[in-house]
Amino acid sequence: MNRLLGWRAPLLSLVVFLLLIGVWHALTLPKSAAQTVNAEYAALVGAEASTGQKSAFPSPRDVGVKILEHLRDPFYDHGPNDKGIGIQLGFSVARVLLGYLLAALVAIPVGFLIGMSPTVYRALDPYIQVLKPISPLAWMPLALFTLKDSSVSAIFVIFICSLWPMLINTAFGVASVRREWLNVARTLEVGPMRTAFRVILPAAAPTIMTGMRISIGIAWLVIVAAEMLVGGTGIGYFVWNEWNNLSITNILTAILAIGLVGMLLDLMLAKLTKLVTFPE
Amino acid sequence: MSAFKDPFDASHSLTRGCSCGLHHDEAAHQADLAGQTSDSELLGNRVVEAAVMRALFPEDATRRRFINAVGAGTAMAAISSLFPLGMAKEAFAQSGPLEKSSIKVGFIPITCATPIIMSQPMGFYGRQGLNVDVVKTAGWAVIRDKTLNKEYDAAHMLSPMPIAISLGVGSSPIPYTVPAIENINGQAITLSIKHKDRRDPKSWKGFKFAVPFDYSMHNYLLRYFLAEHGLDPDRDVQIRSVPPPEMVANLRADNIDGFLAPDPVNQRAVYDGVGFIHTLTKELWPGHPCCAFAASKEFVTKMPNTYRALLKAIMEATAFAAKPENRKQIAEAIAPANYLNQPVTVVEQVLTGNYADGLGNIKKDPNRIDFDPFPWHSFAIWIMSQMKRWGQIKGDVDYARVAREVFLATDAMKLMKEAGMKPPATVSKKFSVMGKEFDPAKPDAYIASFAIKRT
Repeated sequence: MNRLLGWRAPLLSLVVFLLLIGVWHALTLPKSAAQTVNAEYAALVGAEASTGQKSAFPSPRDVGVKILEHLRDPFYDHGPNDKGIGIQLGFSVARVLLGYLLAALVAIPVGFLIGMSPTVYRALDPYIQVLKPISPLAWMPLALFTLKDSSVSAIFVIFICSLWPMLINTAFGVASVRREWLNVARTLEVGPMRTAFRVILPAAAPTIMTGMRISIGIAWLVIVAAEMLVGGTGIGYFVWNEWNNLSITNILTAILAIGLVGMLLDLMLAKLTKLVTFPE
Repeated sequence: MSAFKDPFDASHSLTRGCSCGLHHDEAAHQADLAGQTSDSELLGNRVVEAAVMRALFPEDATRRRFINAVGAGTAMAAISSLFPLGMAKEAFAQSGPLEKSSIKVGFIPITCATPIIMSQPMGFYGRQGLNVDVVKTAGWAVIRDKTLNKEYDAAHMLSPMPIAISLGVGSSPIPYTVPAIENINGQAITLSIKHKDRRDPKSWKGFKFAVPFDYSMHNYLLRYFLAEHGLDPDRDVQIRSVPPPEMVANLRADNIDGFLAPDPVNQRAVYDGVGFIHTLTKELWPGHPCCAFAASKEFVTKMPNTYRALLKAIMEATAFAAKPENRKQIAEAIAPANYLNQPVTVVEQVLTGNYADGLGNIKKDPNRIDFDPFPWHSFAIWIMSQMKRWGQIKGDVDYARVAREVFLATDAMKLMKEAGMKPPATVSKKFSVMGKEFDPAKPDAYIASFAIKRT
């Protein structure tokens, strides 16, 4: 039974994939329409416009060819505005990691302190709740105006958006450490620092890691939007640049790449979470 | 400009008066304009002599008495014997080294930016010893903020933007300049293909239009066009600001009915079969300005040599682009992903003016887009008249002063000559927009003459 399940799931995945591609292919079959304009005019416009239609959605084949093209040379550099998709992804990942690590450096200690004191927790909660749902794009004009540097602004936006889930989860994890464990520590006359590192931290670690995992997902969501706005480098800029060229094939390629990298980042955090989880 | 006043002239009046307002009299204005090397050397010599004279006699009254007593020629000879004037003059004549050779210039991927973009692949910047990175930017607000942040040393802007920035409309006021206009004409009104039978503007009530930015020639021209056809641009239609690259996508998605946009956006809508070109803006106002090469006043004054080298490259590129025979070559240079990221044929149709209109006709109009760098003061005054007409600026405006401070016509004249172009003799001219004459001397009367306005 288990062995049967083992290959059933991948098979179903494959069927879903083929079905998707099949439907996509069928929907984008080229319509054979007669040319409605003379040859001289047709040379000046796109293939679809010459038959009186709007340009069509690309077929799976077009996208496949484009992906292979990108895979063949992902690291080319043709000047400041035209770099390979590998380089663009690299820029984005670097920005995300930098902003994310800065956020972790702030959120975890601060969250720890907030979580230790119920009064502070309740006093700061309204601010956190108001700041948490603000869209990254709303921060951007403010950041550009005050920080006066677009790449620092992008990192700041990552920082500010990935800060809150980590902060809240850390505070919550620290606040909900079981009373008995703290009481045991107190009876054994363990110092406050030692209690923090040997009792509270390990107990709150799984909740903290969950917050970190939510944050990396948000950070990766935010970077595409931020880079589309700021431009220059990164996968968000790549999407914007290809939108400018109305190249849906390139945009689909980028969407796939964004999804894959996002999944990898999430997997890494999931592995780390497993390391600190303990059975009760 | 006080350095250019002649301290050897004991009698010159202290009132200023020349056609551009920057020189103490018309003769100095002409001398400055002459722009040929010998004349500018002469001017340089005079500046050095003036500086020495002023250093020796810091008090105006003493200096005048001295010159009146011995005569200007004697005074100069006397000073020359004491001070090595020749050497000082020589040092000044060499336009010093570039303050900064690696600079960044921001641009929006549209054909208006042609001189700024092409100077990079075609080597116009390199010839001036500049290493310029031209950086593609996502929208006008971003390019404004990045330039104000000094991430960019200079940038491609819509010609009303530096005026708006200098006046502090839509951002904090910072003195900004337009050393050169990039292109004239080159915009069009494009409508969705579904409106191909609604060619009469009077039937456009309820349309949603897009323009690139609030402070753009596109906004003012579209408003002007609609108002001339009896539509109130604020009440009868909706005008929203959409970055040029997103316009075709919005037109395709039926979010908008049309736009007045820069190219290649119009031609791209035709290429993708989603729109047709209703009219070129050159039919509204032949030779209207569109985009500008803009730099902060700080850059112009703090890095004069870099500024001059950069402007010279732009002027030479503009002169090159103004020749129809070069347009095909330019289209190939600026179409790749690093610059406009468009099919070559689209860019070529825009630049050569041999284009498909989206309705099955091929049109030939070599002036569809043209390149003329001269920043006419009257252009600036017209722009301010429209800003006031539509309520973007309120109260009294010193049109002539703002035009003079933002549109650097005198510098442009000099550098145009050096680039082998023929600059005009004056800095202001009359022109007509849709058959109605504009007199730059009477902007307020012009505004008052419109039926539809927000003043």
